[in-house]
Amino acid sequence: MKTKARNLEEPAIASMEVLGVKLEEISRWNCCGAVYSLAGDDLIRQVAPVRNLIRVKEQGKNEVVTLCSFCLNTLKRANLLMKEDAEKRNTLNSFMDEEVDYSGEVKVAHLLEVLRDEIGWEALAQRVKLPLRELKVAPYYGCTLLRPREVAIDSVDNPTILHEFLKALGTTPVYFPYATRCCGSYQIVSNPDDISAHAWDILSSALSHGAEALVLTCPLCDYNLGQGQKELMKKHNGFKGMPLFYFTQLLALALGLDPALCRFELNYGEPELLLRERNLLL
Amino acid sequence: MSAKEQNRNPAETIVKEEREVSKVKLIPVYIMGKRYEVPEGLTIMKAMEYAGYKFIRGCGCRGGTCGACGTVYRRPGDYKLQVALACQKTVEPDMYIAQIPFFPANRAQYEFLELTSAPEEVFKLYPELFRCVACNACTKACPQGIEVMDAISALKQGNIAETARLAFDCIQCGLCTSRCFGELVQYHMFQLARRIYGARIIPRAEHLAEMIKAVNEGKYEEILEKLKSMSEGKLKNLYEERETEPVTAGEDWRPKDKSYL
Repeated sequence: MKTKARNLEEPAIASMEVLGVKLEEISRWNCCGAVYSLAGDDLIRQVAPVRNLIRVKEQGKNEVVTLCSFCLNTLKRANLLMKEDAEKRNTLNSFMDEEVDYSGEVKVAHLLEVLRDEIGWEALAQRVKLPLRELKVAPYYGCTLLRPREVAIDSVDNPTILHEFLKALGTTPVYFPYATRCCGSYQIVSNPDDISAHAWDILSSALSHGAEALVLTCPLCDYNLGQGQKELMKKHNGFKGMPLFYFTQLLALALGLDPALCRFELNYGEPELLLRERNLLL
Repeated sequence: MSAKEQNRNPAETIVKEEREVSKVKLIPVYIMGKRYEVPEGLTIMKAMEYAGYKFIRGCGCRGGTCGACGTVYRRPGDYKLQVALACQKTVEPDMYIAQIPFFPANRAQYEFLELTSAPEEVFKLYPELFRCVACNACTKACPQGIEVMDAISALKQGNIAETARLAFDCIQCGLCTSRCFGELVQYHMFQLARRIYGARIIPRAEHLAEMIKAVNEGKYEEILEKLKSMSEGKLKNLYEERETEPVTAGEDWRPKDKSYL
């Protein structure tokens, strides 16, 4: 977020301020580890996410909001573990004897949930100054917002939260069947060819359903779907690339904030070209 | 030596010395597992020397700033590992002491002038940075009281300035590294962060550049020549009569003669 996805973070902070929500960064946070450890006896990997939740509690807050889907997934699952598994909770609390005890008191939410539950789609729609009417975007959820079921922010099988969000910004979202398919995640490290094939499945499916851009929430989805597009253009005749937007960039744009805040220069490809064509950028 | 002293039974002198020593309370400590009685109030380093150890390494400034004498110890009945600099910490009864004066650590090679201030360069030089699982053992092992884990966390976030700020007091004793679960070399990473911060991030002092310009333009040539040709007596006189800044002066204090400011 701080080095690779400033174009996700900066428009989010600015937009939420306009909407009357001041996001305050947790002091002394550490990386949550990004991937939730599935090994039952690998408790050391739970220390980092739990420590972040303790920092939230220490600051006298009872809710933490994440912009990144991976952070949401890891924090929420670690939180569940601390709430439900007494034995592991005791081990972890005793290991972190320099911290206050924790038992899952903090609520973990994604920014989309704050927009839906605390601001509301109608109220959001009323604040839109530049409706994205002309933009044909398909929401791409990926996995970590929706799976596993116990941490999903919406229906696992038929999510609508990103669709509703885009409707509030004044556009009609494009439906396509791969909206919740995994981008391949960390397989990019060991199986880059598989990721390329995966990315093509997702991008071509969105294209064939009439989308001209994807909107996403996760820096790893952005990487996997973005970095290989040049190769895909060489491989697949006629594919001219597909811009990827973070949902927070479109939020800031629709709220009429300075487009410079969106940091489009950090996106893959040429998203500004498309926005200019649709009269959404001067 | 007087005749009287010469005639004294040597055993008497020994008894007297022992009495003087016994005025100092001796306390038991365990150095690498062996029990010694050492005078109370000594630092760990002096206590070890008292016990017969001779330092040819693992001892530097004896002033708490060189980081050569990292030491771990335990108090009886306490599961917590304690850390200290041997030259700073005074002995406690029954403490178990071991020195870790050196710990093998991987130090990245780089041409500093080729580095910019991009965090990615640090990530490339020290990829093990991302093996940190936030266990906090490093912080607990720091005799300087640095929030080592937070400083590592800041570095992962690409915030080199914050790392340099948090790790400012690091004296590179290496105890953090000796305890690290992820095999990070915190103190070398901090040194790199501080170098980058000092060279590339910290704002340059504007008045320094102005002063260098003034010196180069010859502002002080005349007075220097004058001083050089002055007699020793006159020079001493000038020095003694110079206007000095009062101890209580505030930041806005200026001398009466402002011609060389």
